[in-house]
Amino acid sequence: MVDVTLSEPSLGAEEAPPHPPLSIPEFRIVPRSGIVAAAIVVVALVVAIAVNKRWPIDFLHVVGGASWTIVDLFMGLVIGPILGRLSIPARIEMTTRLMPKMVVIMPIVVTMTLAAGWQLGVQNGTVLTGDPNHGWVVASFIVVGVMSVLALGLLEPANIAVLIELKKPRPRPEVIETLMKRFIYCSGILGLMQVATLVIMTKLAAS
Amino acid sequence: MTERRLPPVTQVAMASLGLIVAGGIYLSSHLPEHVPLAPAVILLALSAALMAFNLFSLARVPDFPWGRFFSVARWSLLAYAVIAGLIEYAFLQNHVRGGALVVLTLSLAVFAIHVPTLLGFTVARYHQP
Repeated sequence: MVDVTLSEPSLGAEEAPPHPPLSIPEFRIVPRSGIVAAAIVVVALVVAIAVNKRWPIDFLHVVGGASWTIVDLFMGLVIGPILGRLSIPARIEMTTRLMPKMVVIMPIVVTMTLAAGWQLGVQNGTVLTGDPNHGWVVASFIVVGVMSVLALGLLEPANIAVLIELKKPRPRPEVIETLMKRFIYCSGILGLMQVATLVIMTKLAAS
Repeated sequence: MTERRLPPVTQVAMASLGLIVAGGIYLSSHLPEHVPLAPAVILLALSAALMAFNLFSLARVPDFPWGRFFSVARWSLLAYAVIAGLIEYAFLQNHVRGGALVVLTLSLAVFAIHVPTLLGFTVARYHQP
């Protein structure tokens, strides 16, 4: 634990009494164990695509896609609103424990889903324009595309910037507040968009 | 919160990523069959132009904390190069060749450069010396 002093009071908390120095747990922005796990997934993905057998490809796509959907739904619709209502010390505690894991989990889960998904689409023939389900597959590309732009353009930078701010000797609450707000709103939108993914994927699986 | 005046890097990057993604969706929705490349090339060119504009406008910011920027951007570049490489690998394994492969590769290159730029910028803009 590291004791730090917040340089300015939090936005919207003018009436609150001055708080004692906050304890920020020691944390790594990118956990080493996460990098090892991500490397294992990358190798598994390369091998699965090279071997091009149905089961490993299906496995990686389903595991990746389910994880992506569940994490987005849970973060956006459950954890995000809770995080937004927590006190600043609780939010910092939660952020330093949760966000580093998200930095590793989300990019690798998304890559796993997309690369294995493309391979699966080729195997199934659903990527071919003549396939009756092709429209649904294109719809999934569009949903994933919009989610990627939001996640890569707004959510991931906010996530990293919050963690780096929290690593400073005097983190600024207003910076954390601004970035966390961005993170929470983005997570909510992504959570809602995942409902569209569920509709598309269950339709494809049922066809 | 007082902030220095900075160019709209995030907004421009979002637009650039949107164009790249649109091009990628266009190509992917036609592959592996023959696909007219003109729309994808136009989207790629616009996206690359926005990225160049972003890098140029950032380079003109006085006293920009480049040290902080690169400390984040270089590791992100490594991570996103691996991600882009994996996606490229999936296309190569499925015999995507010729013009479509060139456009996809360049699109992935823009993606792999622009996302780390955005990550580095978002961190650097809140840097206090």
